[in-house]
Amino acid sequence: MTTSTPRVWWKTAVGLVLTGLMLFPVYWMINVSFTRDQDMRASPPHLVPTNGTLDGYRAVLDQQLPYLGTSFLVGLGTVALTVALAAPAGYALAKLRPPGGPALSFVLLIAQMIPGIIMAMGFYAIYLTLGVLNTLPGLILADTTLAAPFAVLIFTAFMSGIPDELLQAAVVDGAGRLRTFWSVVLPVSRNSIVTVALFAFLWSWSDFIFASTLAGGGDHQPITLGIYHYIGNNNQQWNAIMATAVVASIPAAVLLVLAQRYVSMGVTAGAVKD
Amino acid sequence: MPATTRTSTTARDTGAAASAAPAGPPRSRARRPRRWAAWGFLTPVTVYLLAFYAYPLYRNVELSLREYTVRSFVQGGAPFAGLDNYRTVLADPTFWPTVTHTVVFTAASLAAQFTIGMALALFFHQHFPLSGTLRALILVPWLLPLIVSASTWSWLLNSDSGLVNAALGVVGIDPVNWLTSPGWSLTSVIIANIWIGIPFNLVVLYSGLQAIPTEVYEASALDGATGWQRFRSITFPLLRPVSAITLLLGLIYTLKVFDIIWIMTRGGPTGSSATLATWSYRLGFGNLLPEFGPGAAIGNLLIVLALIAGLIYIRIERRQHLR
Repeated sequence: MTTSTPRVWWKTAVGLVLTGLMLFPVYWMINVSFTRDQDMRASPPHLVPTNGTLDGYRAVLDQQLPYLGTSFLVGLGTVALTVALAAPAGYALAKLRPPGGPALSFVLLIAQMIPGIIMAMGFYAIYLTLGVLNTLPGLILADTTLAAPFAVLIFTAFMSGIPDELLQAAVVDGAGRLRTFWSVVLPVSRNSIVTVALFAFLWSWSDFIFASTLAGGGDHQPITLGIYHYIGNNNQQWNAIMATAVVASIPAAVLLVLAQRYVSMGVTAGAVKD
Repeated sequence: MPATTRTSTTARDTGAAASAAPAGPPRSRARRPRRWAAWGFLTPVTVYLLAFYAYPLYRNVELSLREYTVRSFVQGGAPFAGLDNYRTVLADPTFWPTVTHTVVFTAASLAAQFTIGMALALFFHQHFPLSGTLRALILVPWLLPLIVSASTWSWLLNSDSGLVNAALGVVGIDPVNWLTSPGWSLTSVIIANIWIGIPFNLVVLYSGLQAIPTEVYEASALDGATGWQRFRSITFPLLRPVSAITLLLGLIYTLKVFDIIWIMTRGGPTGSSATLATWSYRLGFGNLLPEFGPGAAIGNLLIVLALIAGLIYIRIERRQHLR
């Protein structure tokens, strides 16, 4: 740092203001979630929840827990399926140079670009025939499309960095390829597994298109539909809507606090958000 | 990533020590079969791609080429209709307005996201106290579920009780019907989408800035270049490849945007904020009587646009790697 101290702090002040502006809608969501019904349409709106209420959060506990549970299960299932599909593929593409490997990578890159609404319509037609609409496995299988191509590309990039001597050493010790993958490659790739798991969970947690088309009419509805029904049904209870939104944002917040470096790794690896 | 490096080094050390004794005889034996055996690891993902990408896409094309009713959708046997669905869509009076909305939505979102993201990246690249923390915090809008962002913006832009109109009132501007007037609905969803996209642009452009060697700047500072001159003659040209990729990824992502618009306005009022994505959804799932054929036809038009953008992206990416 060559700049003198006062100028640096001036920049920090500007940075704080800019960040504050960007995050203001998030603050507003939290503020409204604590606002009483009778203050909701106050003019001018209350900038801080003085007379705050927990009614909104009580409504979440009363009505939204099943939705949150479904989202959590679907998220875990998506993470498991994504890692199970993508980690072996990443290993093969990075280290085993299979014939046709580059073509598969290309297909994966293209697959990421397909709009979700198109996938949803195809899935709906298929699920209707198979009778798996409104089921947890159906939603997990569909949500995995959000993260699987991204996950293979991430694993390929990370596993290319594993030194070849390490793998050869395992082969020399008599380990087969499966054994090498399981007890050498996977433990060393912990960071990429965390990155993939985080994004797979977050994307399936945030999914609205597949939820509304494939699970909209059944008992297994995720939290995004919980919020959506709230907006549609009771337009008055904005503290409950915003409280649900706050609760639905918790995974994103946890992710950012606990795993910030994984997040920026994932973003710069060319992530396309759905 | 210090963790990986550390683990791999120790693992390699022990591995090398262990392998020193029995020098490898079985290494060259099965080289050719091994390359094919790699497909054992690729089979799960390939099967998944075929079943859950290729097949839905095929069904989607099939939907767009047949004349489906609710009954034939469930029971099968819809008559082949050729390109009728596409003709219906193209002749629909809402087709061109919707295409225009899609173009305006995409262009305005991209321009603003990129400009603001670039400005923020340049600002945060100056490394002041707390810059890392603040940069991480700005990521929040990008990580939130879209339904959360969309409903928050719906309430901010509410005509009667929204904060935005209250703030405008303080300055003496009459309240605007952001979401309920045809003249403003598209602007409203664009504002929300810009907010969501800024963090992505910031992060990618920031990583591009970090890749520019500092010596270049030091040399130009010695030559007495001003801040703006430095940006125009050094930063911007060196950042051009990263910028192109940011914009193209943004384009692919923005063409897909559906959640935000659907939740905030459902494409309305009277189709004034409808894009190809929301129109397709409305036809397939938004009405009591679904029209899967035309809906799928619009979806396929959308996919062609996305794929064109995607192929350009891959070309630019490849060319950069070659360099």
